Amino acid sequence: MVRNALQRLAQSVLVLLGCALLIFVMLRIIPGNPIAVLMGEHADNTVIERMTAELGLDQPVLVQFFRYIGGALRGDFGTSYSLGKPVSSLMASAFVHTLILALLAAVFAWLIGITSGIIAAVKKNSILDHLFMGASLLGVSMPVFMTAMLLQYFFAYRLKLFPIAGMDSFAAYILPAIALGWNSAGSVARLVRSTLLETLEENYIDTARAKGRGQVGVLVVHALRNAMLPVITMMAIQFSGLLSGAVITETVFSINGIGRLAVQAIAGRDIPLLQGTVLFSAAVVVIGNFIADSLYRVLDPRIRREA
Amino acid sequence: MVSDRSRKIVREYEEQQKNAVAGMNASSDGSALAGKDAKEREEELKREIGEAETFFTLMRRLVRENKLAVFSAAVILLFILAAVFAPLLTPYSFSDMDLMNRLCAPSSAHLFGTDAAGRDILTRLLYGSRVSLLTGVVPTIMSMLGGALLGVIAGYLQGIVDAVIMRIADVVLAFPSMLLAMVIVYMLGDGLVNIFLTLALVNWASVARIVRAQTLALKETEYVEAARVIGVSRTRIMFRHLLPNCLPTLIVLFTLNVPSAILTESSLSFLGLGVQPPNASWGLMVNEGRQYLYNAPWVSLVPSIAIMLIVLAFNFLGDGLRDVLDPYQKK
Repeated sequence: MVRNALQRLAQSVLVLLGCALLIFVMLRIIPGNPIAVLMGEHADNTVIERMTAELGLDQPVLVQFFRYIGGALRGDFGTSYSLGKPVSSLMASAFVHTLILALLAAVFAWLIGITSGIIAAVKKNSILDHLFMGASLLGVSMPVFMTAMLLQYFFAYRLKLFPIAGMDSFAAYILPAIALGWNSAGSVARLVRSTLLETLEENYIDTARAKGRGQVGVLVVHALRNAMLPVITMMAIQFSGLLSGAVITETVFSINGIGRLAVQAIAGRDIPLLQGTVLFSAAVVVIGNFIADSLYRVLDPRIRREA
Repeated sequence: MVSDRSRKIVREYEEQQKNAVAGMNASSDGSALAGKDAKEREEELKREIGEAETFFTLMRRLVRENKLAVFSAAVILLFILAAVFAPLLTPYSFSDMDLMNRLCAPSSAHLFGTDAAGRDILTRLLYGSRVSLLTGVVPTIMSMLGGALLGVIAGYLQGIVDAVIMRIADVVLAFPSMLLAMVIVYMLGDGLVNIFLTLALVNWASVARIVRAQTLALKETEYVEAARVIGVSRTRIMFRHLLPNCLPTLIVLFTLNVPSAILTESSLSFLGLGVQPPNASWGLMVNEGRQYLYNAPWVSLVPSIAIMLIVLAFNFLGDGLRDVLDPYQKK
């Protein structure tokens, strides 16, 4: 069990190193000296050279890479070109906003997704079932920016129930969180429905019923616990999707999170900032995968025994 | 082993037919239903033995079992026709500005209204569907070809080749797709071809993973073993025996990957990182309308709905095809 966990941990670290290398190489292939590009056409050549040397950009790529990894391990991701601040402190303050947003979105997606999935499964082929499944397909197919802008238009601009944008109050996070969680809610609902329907066919459910368990007892104690296992795996996959969606939602609602920071980095041709934000997002995904995988192993006795 | 299985199925099939005849005799009113059931069952059983697995029977099943998928296919076809015949369908130009008619609400002259530069939104929608459909289809074909090739090589050769390919796939899959796409676009620069490349580079890894898994399963089958024993070369086994058997999965994956590519492109364009003006893509149109959301919501809304419809149609079609074609993903 512990050995297995350590093995997977080592694998995660390797994947993360691979991510760093990939990003690093991609951002170094771009032709031209990034400093020269940043300083414009009229910059003095000696200044450009001095800056390049100062930032270590005249070193071979591999040397730069190991320096970067060394720095990253100590929490130093370089200095942002465009904002002039350490990338790590920019990311730290941005991550708080993204984390609040993503957690709220996850809570929304899970509440709505699981509830409607259960109802749809229990009342299979009823009007409610068709309604929820239709809505979930719509949810899965709507682009994030569309959901975000519709919510913004109706609930913030028309009904004035929430702030249009910004991060001044907790209420300001609600619309972006719903917009972000909308897609996941749809896929969670579909998955909960199908796994629950499958679980309800199992023999142990009949046994529980035969022993006199009521409908609710069967559902909660026996069926749901087992039906939730694939849903946990999905959580990890969705975390990556949430971070992708956050780029859009944060842009629409002007929330200064990691995604918006990445967009700003591209606009400002800010390589250290782009590198930091993208790598950080990959790290969050890899760690999320590791946790979900571990959780799955702890919760599913079949796998636990195998290991 | 195979013959055992098919014999059992044939027996089941005969029994079923007997029952169907008995059922027909027993109740005359339900006979039509019983007859239909028997016919369906017959096809199902033939399918299990591997008989009558032609393209047409499969498509007939799709048409019979999943009307929604057929309707979706028609919608997709309609979008394609609209994209192809865009210049014939509209009197307006997609790029000429008409500053006298800025942000007009939908009317009979401009069915979906006009945007901030006075351009007819329906026209831009039609022309934009060219870009959006192309960015759905071309990069998906690229990523499917690349992913399938790498997947079959990894699965069949295994060892170090497998390890290298799959670790790279792991790394690619670790990134949130949107952020990876942003970095690749930043590296390559914008322009349609670079958008194609970006989407292909983001999406190949999941295809490779699935094809590899399937290759691992197919590798153990008797016909591949037989091919190996009579001395068929590795390349030929991969291309003639393994890849064609992955085709049903690939077709399903294709219909499900096209909408995700369309969504990624529209998100990139929405952020201003994708297709550049004056070209029209649906995502770019949404982006251009964003600042007028409050006084002219249709500018952003119309292309958003178009994206949603095409994505929905591909998802329905993909789900339907999966039920018919893909024995591997069926429970």
